This record gives sequence, structure tokens and C-alpha cells, in this order.
Amino acid sequence: MTDSTFTIIDDGKPATVPARVSGDTVRVSREALERATGWTLKPEGLCRGALCVPLRPGAALESAEGVDLAGVAAALGRPLALDTAERAAYLGVGAGDRARALAALEAPDFTLPDLDGRLHSLREHRGKKVLLVAYASW
Amino acid sequence: MHEELGGRGFTVITVALDKSPEDARPWIEAAHPRHPSLVDTGHVLADLYNIVNVPTVFWIDEAGRIVRPNDVAFGTDTFKHITGLESARHLGALRAWVRGEAPALPAGASARELQRLPGEADQQARAEFGLGEWLFRQGRADAAARHFVRGGELAPHDFTIRRGTMPMRGIDPMGPQFRAMLGEWVGQGNPYYRPLPDTQG
Repeated sequence: MTDSTFTIIDDGKPATVPARVSGDTVRVSREALERATGWTLKPEGLCRGALCVPLRPGAALESAEGVDLAGVAAALGRPLALDTAERAAYLGVGAGDRARALAALEAPDFTLPDLDGRLHSLREHRGKKVLLVAYASW
Repeated sequence: MHEELGGRGFTVITVALDKSPEDARPWIEAAHPRHPSLVDTGHVLADLYNIVNVPTVFWIDEAGRIVRPNDVAFGTDTFKHITGLESARHLGALRAWVRGEAPALPAGASARELQRLPGEADQQARAEFGLGEWLFRQGRADAAARHFVRGGELAPHDFTIRRGTMPMRGIDPMGPQFRAMLGEWVGQGNPYYRPLPDTQG
């Protein structure tokens, strides 16, 4: 087991926090988890603000070494890409959340830059019909 | 299309799923667009809209609703000999929808039923892409490549990962490795482009 720092990228936003890495298991303190993801462990479950996700009975997310990052991702139904050698992990968005949002047919809003770095959002075009085109140079 | 119909409460928004603005710049500057022409190095749009290849187009109405989900359409017939898709069909249908002359989908078709929703493997693949892309920005290209490859293994139909990360892996996305990948995929009976059924020419 090694004590060191670890970068947790939560849906694109990186935060570097102290962590304990043992094999493929990454454990962080409750405070570090909250700093990186906004989620914290409480008696009622994993909570962010007023929202709490209850944990399965016996789901041992926390030990004396801290909260298991993979366990948190699983409890939230979110994918975790982990690289202990590179000391980084990416917490993605779960299929359930994405599928529910798309199935509602509400076009997900996004904010992206143009070539000059100016940000544009889909919502600025509400009231117009939009042809949204994803393409690439490849 | 934007210039023709822009005065009618219509806009085009293009999003380049490229590794850097510089990769997209020649394309955007050649088109002299007057509509938002955005660059998405992190594949934010691919994640939000379950985009697995390019080009992918969406029609979104005045209320912000997806009225025509993930479809394949080209602005010109440059690639028609490869894709079998005629640009005129999509442009004609788009023009009629923007002018209010026709619905976004033919009678009896439902946007919901035409959607493909992401599964767990798709989202795990996107997390691998996200980690790889972050590692690439940190200058850790070898580690990045491992996650890009892993993402492609998890979602072999996702060419925004399998092909779109080739430039970050030092591979020519038009070169022999792409052609071998495409040949294998198509040889197994899989489609490279997946247009909506009513646009199939």
C-alpha cells in the first residue's frame, strides 16, 4: 500500500487528492471524496447536497484506510476508468442517467468553444430550429 | 443551408470532435460559416448524445426537443460512392421541416423508437476515453493510448473512440490501420454508418 496523491476526474473536472493505493484499490478520505466529486459518505448513504443514494446493506465502502473509489462509482451506477500506475481515474456518467435523459427527447444542453475560444451553448438558440452536426477532420 | 434558411428561425451548429482546434481550423475556415462552429476535444457531445461516428446530425425544434435523433447525413456527395447516402435527400427533408412544410419524421415514425440509447459498455468506454484524453493532455501518450484501445474494445461500434483517437496515438486515421479496422468490422457484417431507416437510399 502506498500513500500518495491521486487525480480524480469527475465528468471532465480533475481534482488531485491524497489517496491510499493497494493493488487496484484506491481509497480516499471522506473529505477528499467530497472535494473531488461533491459526494460524501453519511449514515444515510452517499450524499451530495440534499440528495442521498442509499447503499446496499453490507456494501463496505469504507475501511480504516478510507472510502473505496470503485465502490463509490458502482453505488452511483457510474463508470470508473482507473489507472493506478498513472495515479488517475475518470468517473464518467452512467448509462442509466444518459439513457433516461435521451429518451425524454429533451436535447441535452452543452457549452463548447469556437476557434476563438468564445463559448456557445445550445440553449442560446431556444426558439429556433437547430441542425446540430457532429463531424471531425478524421 | 444556414445562409438559405437562417432568416427563418433556423440555425446550424457544427461541432468538430477533434483532438485540437488546429485540426478543425482548416475545415471551419474553408467553410466561412456564419453559424456557431464549435470544437469538442473532450467528446462532450458524443457522451451527451450517444454519438458513435461522424457525421451524425440531429434536428432540434424551437422548444429544444430532439425531433429527429442520431442520423447520418453529408452536406455534399463527396463520399457518396463510399456511403451510398445522397446529400439531397437529407437537405430536401431538412428544408421542408424548417419551412414548416413537413414534419421532422415521416408519419408513423417516432423519434423515441428510432433512438439508440447508451449501455454500460458505451459509458465505460467513454470513461476510458475521458481518462485517456486527460492523460494525453498531460503528455502521457503511452498511458493514454492504453485507455483509448480499451475503450474501443469495450465499444467496438464507437468510431469516435476507435478512429477518433488515432491522431492521439500517432496513427493516420485515413491510413492502412484504419482501413484494416474498417475492413474487419464491415467483414463481420457490421455497418460503419447507421443512418435512420427513412434516409437509406
